[in-house]
Amino acid sequence: MSQIFHRSTNIWSKVSILGGLVFAGFLGWVVVTIAWSGYVTGQGVTVDQPVQFSHAHHVGSMGIDCRYCHTTVEESAFANIPPTKTCMNCHSQIWTNAPILEPVRASFRENRPLEWTRVHDLPDFVYFNHSIHVAKGVGCATCHGRVDRMPLMYQENSLMMRWCLDCHRNPAKYIRPRDQVFNMAYERPADDPGIGERLVKEYKIADARQLTSCSTCHR
Amino acid sequence: MSAMDFSAIRSRLAGSEGRLYWRSLGELADTEQFRDYLHREFPEQASQWNDPKGRREFLKLMSASLALAGVSACTKQPAEKIVPYVRQPEELVPGRPLFFATAIPFGGVATPVLVESHEGHPTKVEGNPQHPASLGGTDTFAQASILTLYDPDRAQTALFRGEYRGWGDFLIGVKDALGNHRVNQGTGLHFLTETITSPTVLEQISLIQKTYPQAKWHRWDAVSQANDAVYHFDKADVIVSLDADVFAGGPASIRYSRDFATRRREGVDVEHGGTEAAPAAKPMNRLYAIESTPSLTGAKADHRLPLRASEIEAAARALSGSGGGGASFSNPNAQKFIEAVAKDLQAHRGTSLVMAGDYQPASVRRLARALNESLGNAGATVTYAAAGNAPDDPAASLRELAQAMDAGQVQLLVILGANPVFTAPADLKFAEKLAKVGLSIAHTTHPDETSVLCHWNVPEAHPLESWGDARAFDGTVTVMQPLIAPLYDGRTTAEVLSAFIDEQSGKSAHDLVKDYWTRAYGGQVGGFTITDSSGQPFKSAESFWKHVLHDGWVPGTGGAGREAGGAAAAGAAAGAAAATTPERSSNLDPRTSTTASAATGGLEIIFRPDPTIWDGRFANNGWLQELPKPITKVTWDPTAWISVKTAEDQKLRDGDLIELKFRGNTAKLPVAIVPGHPDGAVTAFFGYGRGVIGRVGQAPEDVAREFDVYRLRTSDALWFGSGLEISKVGRYVIARTQEHHLMEDRRPVRDANIEDYRKDAEVIAHMGEKPPRTMTLIPEWQYNGYKWGMAIDLTACTGCATCTVACNAENNIPVVGKDQVNRGREMHWIRVDHYFSDDLDNPKTYHQPVPCMQCENAPCELVCPVGATTHSAEGLNDMVYNRCVGTRYCSNNCPYKVRRFNFLLYQDWHTASLEPLRNPDVTVRSRGVMEKCTYCVQRINYARIDAKREDRKIRDGEVVPACAAACPADAIVFGDLNDPASRVTKLKQLERNYGLLEELNTRPRTTYLASLRNPNPELETARAATTHD
Amino acid sequence: MINPPPATYDPAPLIEPGHTFGSITDKIATVVVGGRTPITWFVVVSIGMMIMGMLGVAVTWLLIKGTGIWGINIPVGWGFAIINFVWWIGIGHAGTLISAILLLLKQGWRTSINRFAEGMTIFAVMCAGLFPLIHTGRPWLAAYWLFPYPNSMAVWPQFRSPLIWDVFAVSTYFTVSLMFWYVGLIPDMATLRDKARKRPQQIIYGVLSLGWRGSAKHWQRYEHIYLLLAGLSTPLVLSVHTVVSFDFAIGIIPGWHATIFPPYFVAGAIYAGFAMVLTLAIPLRKIYGMEDFITIRHLENMAKVTLVTGLIVGYGYTSEAFFGWYSANKYEGFMIWNRMTGPYWPYYWTLVFCNIITPQTLWIRKVRTTPILIFAVAMVVNVGMWLERFVIVITSLHRDFLPSSWGMYYPTVWDWMTFVGTIGMFIVLFFLFIRFLPMISIFEMRTMAPEAKLTESEGH
Repeated sequence: MSQIFHRSTNIWSKVSILGGLVFAGFLGWVVVTIAWSGYVTGQGVTVDQPVQFSHAHHVGSMGIDCRYCHTTVEESAFANIPPTKTCMNCHSQIWTNAPILEPVRASFRENRPLEWTRVHDLPDFVYFNHSIHVAKGVGCATCHGRVDRMPLMYQENSLMMRWCLDCHRNPAKYIRPRDQVFNMAYERPADDPGIGERLVKEYKIADARQLTSCSTCHR
Repeated sequence: MSAMDFSAIRSRLAGSEGRLYWRSLGELADTEQFRDYLHREFPEQASQWNDPKGRREFLKLMSASLALAGVSACTKQPAEKIVPYVRQPEELVPGRPLFFATAIPFGGVATPVLVESHEGHPTKVEGNPQHPASLGGTDTFAQASILTLYDPDRAQTALFRGEYRGWGDFLIGVKDALGNHRVNQGTGLHFLTETITSPTVLEQISLIQKTYPQAKWHRWDAVSQANDAVYHFDKADVIVSLDADVFAGGPASIRYSRDFATRRREGVDVEHGGTEAAPAAKPMNRLYAIESTPSLTGAKADHRLPLRASEIEAAARALSGSGGGGASFSNPNAQKFIEAVAKDLQAHRGTSLVMAGDYQPASVRRLARALNESLGNAGATVTYAAAGNAPDDPAASLRELAQAMDAGQVQLLVILGANPVFTAPADLKFAEKLAKVGLSIAHTTHPDETSVLCHWNVPEAHPLESWGDARAFDGTVTVMQPLIAPLYDGRTTAEVLSAFIDEQSGKSAHDLVKDYWTRAYGGQVGGFTITDSSGQPFKSAESFWKHVLHDGWVPGTGGAGREAGGAAAAGAAAGAAAATTPERSSNLDPRTSTTASAATGGLEIIFRPDPTIWDGRFANNGWLQELPKPITKVTWDPTAWISVKTAEDQKLRDGDLIELKFRGNTAKLPVAIVPGHPDGAVTAFFGYGRGVIGRVGQAPEDVAREFDVYRLRTSDALWFGSGLEISKVGRYVIARTQEHHLMEDRRPVRDANIEDYRKDAEVIAHMGEKPPRTMTLIPEWQYNGYKWGMAIDLTACTGCATCTVACNAENNIPVVGKDQVNRGREMHWIRVDHYFSDDLDNPKTYHQPVPCMQCENAPCELVCPVGATTHSAEGLNDMVYNRCVGTRYCSNNCPYKVRRFNFLLYQDWHTASLEPLRNPDVTVRSRGVMEKCTYCVQRINYARIDAKREDRKIRDGEVVPACAAACPADAIVFGDLNDPASRVTKLKQLERNYGLLEELNTRPRTTYLASLRNPNPELETARAATTHD
Repeated sequence: MINPPPATYDPAPLIEPGHTFGSITDKIATVVVGGRTPITWFVVVSIGMMIMGMLGVAVTWLLIKGTGIWGINIPVGWGFAIINFVWWIGIGHAGTLISAILLLLKQGWRTSINRFAEGMTIFAVMCAGLFPLIHTGRPWLAAYWLFPYPNSMAVWPQFRSPLIWDVFAVSTYFTVSLMFWYVGLIPDMATLRDKARKRPQQIIYGVLSLGWRGSAKHWQRYEHIYLLLAGLSTPLVLSVHTVVSFDFAIGIIPGWHATIFPPYFVAGAIYAGFAMVLTLAIPLRKIYGMEDFITIRHLENMAKVTLVTGLIVGYGYTSEAFFGWYSANKYEGFMIWNRMTGPYWPYYWTLVFCNIITPQTLWIRKVRTTPILIFAVAMVVNVGMWLERFVIVITSLHRDFLPSSWGMYYPTVWDWMTFVGTIGMFIVLFFLFIRFLPMISIFEMRTMAPEAKLTESEGH
């Protein structure tokens, strides 16, 4: 009787086994890349805002302190988005009729709030508190990046849970002296490797068991 | 089998050793029910899988939700807006709640509260710790009021003949209507209100009566807080209740529960919050309850005597030795009981207290008062208002109005708050007479039976939207300030009345109230002497006003008891008071009715307000509808209570639907057999069967409509009467959260007599076994830092279930509806278990609040495949909703069954009006997620972060879970077990501290202080005797 | 390599006389490649399809509404989903036992039944596997939390939970069984390929037979791998149901928390499994006229195994009751008392009747050798074993420690549809297998034929 398969089938069968493995690996790689990409996490993505507000200008060049606008960062979970009034403190004097600032003036005139789009948006089941992080020596730049170099605000880090845990499991790696918290340009002194551990003790930062208890962030 | 084999139960109870607790009678006696459960074919279930429309729909509305955005890693979050203020208010820090002192009137009497507000929307009601009438406690109604605020079914705009009108239109309408009344001095102008204690409003009333001398003022409270006495339990050693239920909720119950508990905390010196042995000067008080319907007060009593409501007066006479001696009682133990009580009273002259029930006729109140005066208690353990604010015949005033309406003499009728069409005695036929009124105005929170029949409907503002004032039960004037601008076009009573007063017309509630108190400060009105708490006068009216708004009450107005309020209110109801006198005796003398009962040989009917929805005003409140009613644990429906013996005679079972015939009127109710209920009587509860109210409370057009007990009420039998006939007409499914009320031999509640406990404190420990802490292979876990724990004092707990409602509000707990409750899926994080023991005809009753025990060896934790429930460093049993996949294994493995599961999507994803209700600090759970008590971890974290920022430890009492904060009896204490000075640590050192099911070695962090009773030796023996006949 | 038993050993032969290699091959292979499909096949499969449809509807509704459509509640958090899971997993066991353990024990009589017994195992495990997936009502979530890749949160499943062990046990079991089954099929695939006349059949079976030519080298490798896999599956027979029993034994609920569970569950599994094999074998041999290959001797042997395991299970129940009394633990005591006299008493006593009383009839040789009677007994046992799981899951949960939290459990129509639906799914899968694969191992049957003995004795 006639052969059902051509003899080359032997080769193909062997090749296809190998090919299958390779393809599976490739597929895995694709999934991982997408899941961790800015598309999903929002990392590095700049979003449209009603006003083209530049932190680079206000923080970087003007040197305005974070707390001038984000007033409640030291006392509340929420760092506060400044009310229009805060903008107008200066802009009723300077750039009083810059077209770019029209939405701000309109808001003030008509007593209608500006609608910003959230850049750092945690899921609703995560309860992040700014005040405690600031109090324990976590610098603004540690999470938000060099805001003073961001013409338009974007999310510096992935904000994935494993990113949070990286610090909650070992705060010593990241914390800085309290007086440096709002310093965008702070660098750890190269000559003082033990500073992290020292500050953890000094600031009585809870141990990893406490910091990684679920209810610390989820309720 | 037709009837239950009670003789079998009795013999079982009699034959058994020691204290015996039984489960639901149905199950103990009658296995048939349980068989037909089994043989129930599944198609019947099939008809239930999809929840019925109407109620169920709204339940979803009534609970709340924020989507659990990004629950799994692969969802991409939608963009979110941030909307900052344009000009940010000074005091407001986004993310930190603010608290404001105000009051929530209940039947005209203020419940003083502090309200938590997040960025301008109120989310939670707490008690006002400084206020003498609250001391930080609240009741179920105050807790649930926040839900009513956001109820989308509220009346929203003014209506005239069903068409939308503005407030301005109303003012004009009133002006026109008043036109000719100015001429005829107000003839034909009638007002109908409930009890009013607000000085501002009372002044308005007198102003109106000045302008329109002929105007008539009528008062109708479906359930009147008729009592004009203020009790001081902290001073009383022996307390006798004559059908008085002082713990049932309502403004007075809060302070009463607290004071009563302070005299029972064996080993706890409450004054100092510590736990040094209580001074011998203060012996534990003793409570005797002579009552008809089993109540929370009766449950707490050391001795209870069930009598028919009509027999209470005779008992009162016997007690005062005034000719009641010969009276014969339905209960064989009565004579002996009353003698013993009388003796005990005489032994405690000046430190005893006799309380007459609100639902007893004036004659009984007078007897009680006389008794107190002769015993020298008046002024010591009880203060009486000079002029009682309670008319002898509560219906007289309304009857007078009805007659006037019938005679067509009423041109303009203004109904403020009351709902007479639903609640008026049947014989007055109020609804049809209302049609004869020229122009009728209804001022109501919801569209209701009355408002739909009135020409003008004016929406009533919710207390949390209102400026106003009212007196607390002890007379303290309490000022109300709004937490939020009216969500709809609601107006306060003062605003509506201002339309009838030229100089006030159109003034805002704020102006009216502030204006009154500015003048009061100036001494022009009210006759108040206004000083601050230290007796110093204020600098200015302004500083006085600021001070009052901050504290929430006017200092120095309380001491006088309710006199001022009472007098004023009585003045308001002058017409009423006048009208009553002639008819009283004939209608309200109970003996006439007892003889009648002898004649007709029928049963006695006893009326009561519903324990959770009261007179029906809370019918649209999902939290209260789903709150299990005390004793029966029934939700969503009323029941007719009958005693075991009566059930035997009438061949009735739990869940039988009966028709009640009384004075020619009929209603239907499902039966609940309640041990301890007087024989030959039926208790029926008001509030259900509402025709118009809203999606939750409106009874469907079926048998549920006939649950309206007001149909049976006549003005000559407002609270009880004889000649009731009942007949079984079918069966009805009642949804209960607890079927079994027997403890088996498991002793979840441990209790002892105070004498035995003092003799041998070990007696409590001996009731169970506690495994040694070495009984584990794993090395002891060290909790350095905080170690949270809770102690619940069963001696103090009255079973009022305020904790349950408070928890609902704090933790965004959804309402699930009758069908789901019936399937055993209620969501309450803290439930109040209930057990009976001893005598089937007059049992001891126990209540036990059960939250999560936060076990140190938690069985739930190790079985969760995804680690969604884990142990925190501080010993909390964390529940991580966003990680939970819903295997329900943790719940199976929980010996206390305190975990709750979202079997369906119970949360609301649609209604915007309810979103501000939610506590932003607590995740709103979605479908398929397990949840449970967290010790209010959001409050712990809040305090911990504040403490850390200030570089200190959390102070004792800084963290108070919602249940503990709300508890009027202060029965729940929470704190750090690593702090030797903390209250909870000291409580747990008491010998009567024990853990629930501790033999399982779960090491619960929540423990209980055993329930102690202080029985009278004579009666204790008497009880034993009766147990075995 | 499989020794035929000595002729003296048993009156009833393992294969009726008069069969040659050819006749065997034809008889089995024609069902697949040659001939027409019997009408009964179409009837059965279409009925199966319809029943399976109910499963589809039930599961869809479940995913839309959530587990609330079932009868579960607090305290009874587990219902039909778990009951059915355990029941199906149990059924699977017989297959592995027959093909692996009996192989190692050189039990010749396994030959004609192992193929479809293994098939049964695979399909049963598929039915079982469905329930862990759907019983949270949110399978997409469960999947990610249990296999958290790509991981964004740096936290992992909790390996102390028996449910995790389950996931591994069952998936391993399924994989190994599948391999074992397939490897066994390879030589027959080749036979089918060669017997097939239609081109598509030739190609399909050709691919599936992985180029098997029956060379000595092929046979030698085949024997190795087959023996190896048999060795692998043998512990699985014990481990899988042991782990399943841990789902209960690890819990602290009276009626679950018992050390006897692992052995008693394994015995139960084999008990149920053999019952199911009999339930399938008896009608099959009739429909396809396989009486020659699946002889009375096979049925009788299986009946004996059923009887033995049945006795072990009976011992399990007895000791449970005994512990309840002897432990003097009020919760244990009440639990067993509640099973016997509580609201669910009919379930308990029916279960005792099905699993203890009925199998006793198998002591009688007449019963053991009458197919219809064995079939009847097997059916009763199938029901009984389902009831056993019902009693364990429901009656333990519905009244545990605190009387205040006691409740009842009533299955809803959705529970029933899901359960019955899986039976439909099983039927469909099984009959597809019957139609497209040789239900009896052709080449192994050949070794049973007289010719085989002949060659062997002449060989050396």
